[in-house]
This record gives sequence, C-alpha cells and structure tokens, in this order.
Amino acid sequence: MPEPQMVMFAEEFHQIQAIVDNLVRSSNASVVFIIDKNGQLIAASGESDNIDTTSLASLTAGNIAATGGMAKLIREREFTTQFHEGEHANIHIQLVDNRVILVVIFDKKTSLGLVRLRVKKACEGLGDIFRVLAEKAQGSGQTPFAEITDDDIDNLFND
Amino acid sequence: MSFINYLSREINCKLVYYGPGLCGKTANLQYIYNKTNPGARGKMISLATETERTLFFDFLPLALGEIRGFKTRFHLYTVPGQVFYDASRKLILKGVDGVVFVADSQIARMEANLESMENLRGNLAEQGYSLDSIPFCLQYNKRDMPGIAPMEELRQMLNPNNVPDFEGVATTGTGVFDTLKAVAKLVLTELRKAGG
Repeated sequence: MPEPQMVMFAEEFHQIQAIVDNLVRSSNASVVFIIDKNGQLIAASGESDNIDTTSLASLTAGNIAATGGMAKLIREREFTTQFHEGEHANIHIQLVDNRVILVVIFDKKTSLGLVRLRVKKACEGLGDIFRVLAEKAQGSGQTPFAEITDDDIDNLFND
Repeated sequence: MSFINYLSREINCKLVYYGPGLCGKTANLQYIYNKTNPGARGKMISLATETERTLFFDFLPLALGEIRGFKTRFHLYTVPGQVFYDASRKLILKGVDGVVFVADSQIARMEANLESMENLRGNLAEQGYSLDSIPFCLQYNKRDMPGIAPMEELRQMLNPNNVPDFEGVATTGTGVFDTLKAVAKLVLTELRKAGG
C-alpha cells in the first residue's frame, strides 16, 4: 500500500514543538529536528537559523532510506539509530515508531550518552502523538484542496 | 505522499524525474534551478560520482505560490538512471506524488527507454502505486540531437495512455517548465480529488 497522507494540525504541532524544545534544553544540544520519512521538515528547535534545514531534511531521509534498504538485505527490519561523529559537531539520528526521524545535532557541550538518554525519553511522547496524527489524517478524508478550481491551479503558473 | 501542514498553511509534494542513464534528468533540475527566482527555490543538492553521474539523487525544493491561502511547495528528485542502481531508485520513489519520465529521443536509446519505463512500472507497483493512475508526464528529451526517433514512434512506444507529453532539450530549457507545470497540475488535481 502507498504511504498514508501526512497531515499536521495545530494541537499536535504544539505538543511536538514542546517535546523538541525540551529535548534541546535537557540534552544541551545545538539543534533538534523532526523530519518525516519522505524528507519534509516537521519541527525544529535550537540554533537552526544558520542551517539549511530543507536540504538537511532531504539528505537525512535519504540516509534513513538507504540504511533501511541495507537492513532489509541482511534481514533486519530497520536500523533505528545512527550516529555521525565529526571534529566539532555530531549528529544523532533516531527513527521514531518507523514514521518520523528525530535528528539531534550537538557539540562538546554535551555527551553522546546524555543525548541518547534524552532522545529515548522524547521518542516515547513523539510516538504517541504521531499515532494520533495518523489516525486523524485517515479519519478526516479531507484536504484544503477539495474546493480548488482549475483556475486556481492555472493561476499558480501565470508568472 | 504530500504533507499538509494546517498550522503553517503549507502543502509539500514530491516529484520524481525518472528515465534511463544520461537522458537528462539532472539537466532538467539544473535548468529549473538556474531559471527560478532565488527566493522561490532552495539549494540544489546532487549526490553524484566524480564523473558527475547521479549516485543517489538530485534534490531541488521549489515554492510555486499560494492556492487558497496554502503555500505549495514541490520537492523535485531525480533517480540514478544507470541500471545497477535499482535499489536506490526504489527508495527515491517512496512517498512520490507525481512522476516525470524523461526519455532519450535517440534511436540508439530506445531499448534503454523501454527498459527504464518497465522498471518504473515495477518499482511503483512495489510501493503500491500504479503507473496508470499516478500523476505522470513524459518528456522526449534531446530533440536537438542527430539520429532521433520521430515523435509518433516515441509516443506509440512510451505513451500508450496518452498522458501529457512534451518535446524537450533540457540543456537549453525547451519543454522543461512545460513538463514541470503539467505534472504539478496533475498532482494538485489529484489532491482535489482526494478531498472531494
């Protein structure tokens, strides 16, 4: 089956944002992102202004997809955690509930152990929220595009 | 699959450019990148080999404008065309909203076109999509090259369902935006159907 439609509503977004804000503080990380498996950025917290978040989201999703492909080749379901260690910055990538990807960028101000601990805690809350969102998206059966006309679509391209 | 964000009033869709090796998928994205207002596009990312063959994918995010107060954003991806990168192509098709098949018009590449089209059909089916129902357009690229097949022949071989198709010269931009607009329209029309 094709993947279900991803929809974000205000209530759940605020819950997700609260979790990523808290994760930045509690893990002493530089930046935290949530990305869907297709590479769309869902939420960000921390010093994200100097980072090309769109590109990072797409590359992270590609990375997770490639790692998932490798897992299947050796008859594993998924590799849920990745860690990339750099000279100054490190990236911890966690697949949450096989739905979304939690990315933590951190430096020497904290440690991998603390990041892993806090990520684990954050995942519990995130998993529940995204399960609710998936149910809501399936139940709603609506998009804001239900009422658009051919003219609306044509107007997009009249530049 | 498209991502609708009610809070930021955005809709994000994923388009994939498919086709045989060296048909001009990356050239399409490069032309779009070069001709789009910097405010409406993000950075283009190419994961390529040292000889500039696509290794995993090219990526270009584009903002098209607003529909009924919703910002529409399209994420354009290419697949690596070379036959042995099939595992990567399957990954990139995940969550796709619309597909552009870039065919190489040269007679010598007809078999490669057909093979790639069959590969697309099979890989989409593995994800639960059908090439007969997904938003889909064709571009017959390299119309400026010698030794090209006539349009009728290409249509007959590659476009039995008569989806929107265009002649292209991706390096100079001929047909590039026509193709993009056509597939974007089909994707938005599909979203309307999904909500109707």
